[in-house]
Amino acid sequence: MSEQVYGIKVPIRLDYTYVVGTAPARFLRGLAQGKIVGQRCPSCAKVYVPPRGSCPTCGVPTRDDVALSDKGIVTTFCVVNIPFAGSAVKAPYVSASVLLDGADIPLFHLLQEVATEDVRMGMRVEAVWVPNDELQPSMNSIRYFRPTGEPDAPFESFKEHL
Amino acid sequence: MANPCAIAGIGQTRHASQRADVSIAGLVREAALRALEDAALTFADIDAVVIGKAPDMFEGVMMPELMLADALGAAGKPMLRVHTAGSVGGSTALVAASLVQAGIHERVLTVAFEKQSESDAMWALAPKIPFQPTVVAGAGGYFAPHIRAYIRRSGAPLDIGMRVALKDRLNALRNPYAHLHQEDITLEQIAQSPMLWDPIRYAETCPSSDGACAMVLVSEQAARSAPHRPAWVHASAMRSEPTMFAGRDQVNPRAGQECAAAVYHQAGITDPRREIDAAEIYVPFSWYEPMWMENLGFAPEGTGWRMTLEGATAFDGDLPVNPSGGVLSSNPIGASGMLRFAEAAMQVRGQAGEHQVDGAKRALGHAYGGGSQFFAMWIVGSEKP
Ligand SMILES: [Zn+2]
Repeated sequence: MSEQVYGIKVPIRLDYTYVVGTAPARFLRGLAQGKIVGQRCPSCAKVYVPPRGSCPTCGVPTRDDVALSDKGIVTTFCVVNIPFAGSAVKAPYVSASVLLDGADIPLFHLLQEVATEDVRMGMRVEAVWVPNDELQPSMNSIRYFRPTGEPDAPFESFKEHL
Repeated sequence: MANPCAIAGIGQTRHASQRADVSIAGLVREAALRALEDAALTFADIDAVVIGKAPDMFEGVMMPELMLADALGAAGKPMLRVHTAGSVGGSTALVAASLVQAGIHERVLTVAFEKQSESDAMWALAPKIPFQPTVVAGAGGYFAPHIRAYIRRSGAPLDIGMRVALKDRLNALRNPYAHLHQEDITLEQIAQSPMLWDPIRYAETCPSSDGACAMVLVSEQAARSAPHRPAWVHASAMRSEPTMFAGRDQVNPRAGQECAAAVYHQAGITDPRREIDAAEIYVPFSWYEPMWMENLGFAPEGTGWRMTLEGATAFDGDLPVNPSGGVLSSNPIGASGMLRFAEAAMQVRGQAGEHQVDGAKRALGHAYGGGSQFFAMWIVGSEKP
């Protein structure tokens, strides 16, 4: 009796060169200088970060750069308790939707220096950057966000961003 | 005016965490042959094949439709593949239906599948992209924050999601094809299952399944020679929205609202809760039932959870939702949308066996995908429109 063979493992990997385009390139260059750069739509005035070079609602190019604060609020979040391949961090951790002050669309990032059960919608947070000599044109220049200790933002102030 | 389109054959596989007994080709053939048998047709009678599945990244097989052409009898015929992420099973059926409605083909075979045992969906859905750290863990990591937002916005009691999970798993006991058959499941067991992506518990997520679904869609002329009563397409629509834009509402997406409004308008429905007898909707995480009840116009915004709480969506409720057990009981991703569409058709054909909703005349099939970006829906009826 020979053992049945159902399948074999053939791991694949994929390395690719991502062509970022003009607007995201400005955003990534900003990160390498410890700054967060968004762009404002000339038609609806919404501020996009990361900027994609056009407004998805109005369909017009966005050319005006806007320097954004590295502070903001947690609009909503998920406590991830499940480890998975390729994860940047060890579970449990909080992945949060962070609306930077002055932006109209939230970023997704890691939230740390807080117990998972203490995270709240509306919590004020700030970016924790890597040391200056480790800055690079990548979101990895921001290690994570952490609470500022300021009072929570009222629900009304961010409910449009849920 | 579009030509009438009938669903003359429906087939699905037994869904399981691993169908090691068949290859991908064997899996799709199992569903296709059952659909052909139901319609008393063979591959030779089919004019075109329309196939759908989730992104190739899942099983790591690039363009599997190429190697499946012969398994599905498509040699010498048009074959096309539809891509709309998780909603693909629904949109594949709609593309197939449109070939009949446009008068191009008489008999179209449509098939959708996923073989999750040969795939790593968590990996495929945790992309490394230059703008964000890899912190989004699979589909649950993406949808959990939106569920949290729904709970906050609606003030829903925290046990609503668990009630949905219990209802769908109990419904699955009536469906011999369902992946999960959890005879002694209780609310307490669900409550004690691990919190994977807070606020989503393990027992509130869909399983990972191997499975396929197929339908034979035919013209009015071809429907005359069908041996069993067909279902008829009364309305169909797809809508999309951008992945991201300022003010995007992912709890109650505009594309979903507009897609629902379009199918109700086509079907002449003004009060969907009263006029639809059963709904098979895409609920991969339990909380999406109340969310979609609102998005689909069955309940005013912020009150969808009351339908679950009051038992309206239960098997014996006024709007049975997912009498088959739904995505929470079987999730071969690419096929899941087509299963919703097919189960809706089974209801109006009176073909659903133990999970038949008594006297169902009009049913809704619904699918969504791509981070609530794509919506596909149809309304099917027992009478020719
Ligand atoms: Zn704009």
